[in-house]
Amino acid sequence: MTEDDVDRIDRNRRHFLTVATVVTGAAGAGLASIPFLASLRPSARAQALGAPVEVPLGSIQPGEMVRVLWRGRLVFVLRRDEGMLARLPETVAELRDPDSAVVDQQPDYAVNETRSVKPEWLVVEGSCTHLGCAPLEDFEPRPVEGWGGGFFCPCHGSKFDLAGRVYKGVPAPTNMRVPPHRFVRDDLILIGQDTGAA
Amino acid sequence: MARVEAEVGKRPEGVWGGLVKWIDDRFPMTETLKYHVTEYYAAKSFNWWYVFGVLAFVVLAIQLVTGIFLTMNYKPAAVDAFASVEYIMRDVEWGWLIRYLHSTGASFFFIVVYLHMFRAMLYGSYKKPRELIWLIGMLIFFVLMAEGFAGYLLPWGQMSYWGAQVIISLFGAIPVVGDFLVETIRGDYSISDITLNRFFALHVIVLPLTLIGLVFVHIVALHEVGSNNPDGIEIKKNKDASGKPVDGVAFHPYHTTKDLVAIIVFLMIFTAVVFFAPDMGGYFLEHANFEPANLTATPEHIAPVWYYTPYYAILRAVPDKLWGFILFGASVLLPVFLPWLDRARVKSIRYRGWIYKSALTVFVVSFLSLGWLGMQPAEGVYVMAARIFSVLYFAFFLLMPYYTSIDKTKPVPDRVVYHG
Amino acid sequence: MDKVKVIARLFAVFALLAMSQGFAAGGAALDHADIDPGNKASLQRGARNFMNYCSGCHSAKYVRFNTIGKYLELSEEQLIENLMFNAEKTFETINTAMPADSAERWFGTAPPDMSLMARSKGADYVYSFLRGFYLDPDSPTGVDNKVLAGTSMPHVLWELQGYQKALSSSHTEDGVTSHSIDGFELVIDGSMDGEDFDDFVRDTVNFLVYIAEPIRSERRKLGVWVLMFLIFFWILSVMLKKQIWKDVK
Repeated sequence: MTEDDVDRIDRNRRHFLTVATVVTGAAGAGLASIPFLASLRPSARAQALGAPVEVPLGSIQPGEMVRVLWRGRLVFVLRRDEGMLARLPETVAELRDPDSAVVDQQPDYAVNETRSVKPEWLVVEGSCTHLGCAPLEDFEPRPVEGWGGGFFCPCHGSKFDLAGRVYKGVPAPTNMRVPPHRFVRDDLILIGQDTGAA
Repeated sequence: MARVEAEVGKRPEGVWGGLVKWIDDRFPMTETLKYHVTEYYAAKSFNWWYVFGVLAFVVLAIQLVTGIFLTMNYKPAAVDAFASVEYIMRDVEWGWLIRYLHSTGASFFFIVVYLHMFRAMLYGSYKKPRELIWLIGMLIFFVLMAEGFAGYLLPWGQMSYWGAQVIISLFGAIPVVGDFLVETIRGDYSISDITLNRFFALHVIVLPLTLIGLVFVHIVALHEVGSNNPDGIEIKKNKDASGKPVDGVAFHPYHTTKDLVAIIVFLMIFTAVVFFAPDMGGYFLEHANFEPANLTATPEHIAPVWYYTPYYAILRAVPDKLWGFILFGASVLLPVFLPWLDRARVKSIRYRGWIYKSALTVFVVSFLSLGWLGMQPAEGVYVMAARIFSVLYFAFFLLMPYYTSIDKTKPVPDRVVYHG
Repeated sequence: MDKVKVIARLFAVFALLAMSQGFAAGGAALDHADIDPGNKASLQRGARNFMNYCSGCHSAKYVRFNTIGKYLELSEEQLIENLMFNAEKTFETINTAMPADSAERWFGTAPPDMSLMARSKGADYVYSFLRGFYLDPDSPTGVDNKVLAGTSMPHVLWELQGYQKALSSSHTEDGVTSHSIDGFELVIDGSMDGEDFDDFVRDTVNFLVYIAEPIRSERRKLGVWVLMFLIFFWILSVMLKKQIWKDVK
C-alpha cells in the first residue's frame, strides 16, 4: 500500500468514527432528555386530584343549577324544568351552531337538541368559549327581548342558551363545552368519565 | 464540518458559508472558536489528572439542568418541603431519577473538584503566571461549599435542619458581631421556614449565577496564559515556524476527543451510583434525612455531609469555640496562598525532591484521615488523632516556604515527556 | 504511582465507611432481617400485615394504593377488598383514621408515618424492633422494647408472638453499672411459633422496605441498559480518540 492509500483509509476511518460517535452521542442525548420532558406531564397526584367527580342529583330541584369543580374547572349541572325544555327550540335560528357541528365541544352522546345524555340534565363547563370567564345564570325568559333563558358572560357580553349553545353576533365562537360524563345511577352522575370502568 | 477543517485558511463557501460570514460580520463567532477551541494549543502530554476540569464542567451542567426540573416541583416552605421531595420521588414521572442525579451530582462535584485541585498541587498549576486562575478557582471552591450547604437544608430532613443549626451557630463564635450575624443569616431567632426560603433563593439563583460567572472568568484567565502540563514546562516558549507550540496540539479535535473518553468513563461511574447505589451507604443520601425535621429531637450523631468533614474535623479538634472557628476558617483559606508559599523553582512534582513528595503524601493522608475522623463521634483516640492530623495539615502550608526552598529539584527538560 | 496510591486509598476509605452500618442507637446489636425484595408473595403478605396490624395507628402517607396494587400484581378488586379499609379510591394514599392530636395525648407522641421508616432506620432495625418487645411491669403499656427503650408503642403483635421476658445481665465498669439484654424467653405463647413469627415480621419489613422506595427494582433494571449504552459509546470514543491522535508524535 502506498502512503496515499494509508492516508485515505485513515481519513475514511476518521470520518466514519466521527459520524458514529456523533450519532451515538445525539441518540444518548435524545434518550436522556426523555425523563426530563416526561416529568412535565401531570404527576400521579395531578391525576388523582383530576379524578372524576361524583355529583349526587337527588336534592337538585327543577330549574336549579349546582356548580362543581372538576380538574380545577367549573362545571354547571342544571336540572332543566319543563318550561326551559319547551323554550329550547324557539331561539334556534339565532344560534351560531345549533346542531353542535363543532365536534371538539362535546362528546358524541351530547350531539342532540338538548346537548345531554338525559334531556333534563345539562352538564356543561362554566367557561365562556371566548376567553374563559365564568358565565352567569340568566334563566328567566324575557319574551320582549326574545330571550328564552340561558347564560350571559359579563366579560364581553357573549350569550348562550339553556343547552349551552352560543348565539350569533357575540364574541364567543363556539358552544359551551360538555365534559365527558355518565349516569352511574339515575341520581348520581360522574363527571370526567364516560365509560364504565371506575 | 470536516470539509471546512481540511481546507484551512480557505473561505467557507455556499449557503452555510454565507450564514457564517453574516454572523461573523456582526459577532466574533469564528474568531472566538479559533482562539478558544480550534487554535487553542495545549500540551500533548496531558495525563488523566487533566480531565477533572472538564468533568467539573459536566457536573455543573448536570446540576443546573436537574436543579431546574427539581425547582418545578419542590416547595420551599417548611410545612411542604419534605413532602414535596417525596412527591418528586413517587408522583412526578421520572422525578426519582432527576432527584438522584442531583444528589449524586452534588457528591461527585466535590470528588471531581478535589481531584482537580490536587492536580494543581501535583504539577504546580497555581504557580506564576497562573496565580489568578488559582485564586478564581479557590473562589469557585468557596461558592461551591456555600452552594452545597444551602442546598442541603432544602429537603428539610433531620440532618438538614440540625446540620444547618450547628454550622450557622458556629458564626456566633465571632466576637462582637457573631450573634447579629447569625440572626441575619437565619432571618429568624432559630432556623425556620424563613431561613429555608432564603436558602432556596441562594441555592437556586444567587450562587449558581455566581458559579457560572466565576467558571467563565476561570477559563478566560486560563486561556490567557495557556494550560500547564505534567512536566510544568511553558510550551509557548518553544514554537515552530508557523507559531504553533511544538509540544502543543489543538484543543479541538485532540483534547475534545480525549476528554470525551474521560467524560464517558465518568458517566459510567456516575450512572452506576445513580442507578445502583444512590444512597452510597448513607454518605450521599444520609439515613437521618429520610426523617422530616423534628425541632424537638436532635439526631444522635450530627455530622456534615462527607465533603465538609475534613474541615469539620479540624474545627472539632480545637477545644475552644472561637479558636476552633478561626482555625476552621484558616484551614479552608490557607490553600489560597499556595502560589506564594511554594518557593520551588520547578512546577511539577516530577522534578521536585523527596521533601516535597513526602510533604504532599503526608498532606493527602492527613486530609483523608481528617475527612474520616470528621464522620466519627469526637471521643477516645479519635480526638488525639484529629489534633495530630490538623497540625500536619497546617504544617504542610505553613512550613512550605522553608521546605520548598531547601528541596533538591531535578533539571526540567525543554520538551514535554510524551510516549504516544 | 502517586495517583494509584491516592485512588486506592480513597476506595479503601469508602469501602470501610460503607461497612460501618448495622448497629442501633445506643449500640444494641440488630438481628439481620434477610428480606427478599424480589419475592412478590412475601410483599403481598407484608402489605396485608401492614394494613391489618399497623395502619390503625401508622399512616404511610406518601404511598398510593394503586402504586402498591400495580407492583404487587393485584387486581383492583383484590386491592380494594384486601388492603383498602378506610380509603375509597385506589389513587388515595395510606392514611390512618387515628387523629394525630388524639394520638399524641394517648401515647405521648404521635405514631410516626411509615413511608420512609425502613430507609431512615434500616430493615434490620425495624425487624429487631418488632421482635424486641418484652414484659415490663413498670411501663404503661406493660412492655418495653430492646431496640427503642421507653417506646410508647404497645406490643401490637402479642396475639401472634405471645409475650417474652428479657434475660438481662449487668456489668460494672469504672464504678458505673449498666444492664444489657442478652436474650428473650417466651413466657406466654402466641398463635405462631418463633420461626413463623419471624417470617411474619420479615414479610412486613420487606413491605416497608418496598414502600420506602417503590422505584428501586425499576431503577436497577434501567441502570443495566444505561451502562450497556455507555460501554458501547465508550468503545466508539476510544477508537475515535486513537484515530485522531495517531499523527501526534
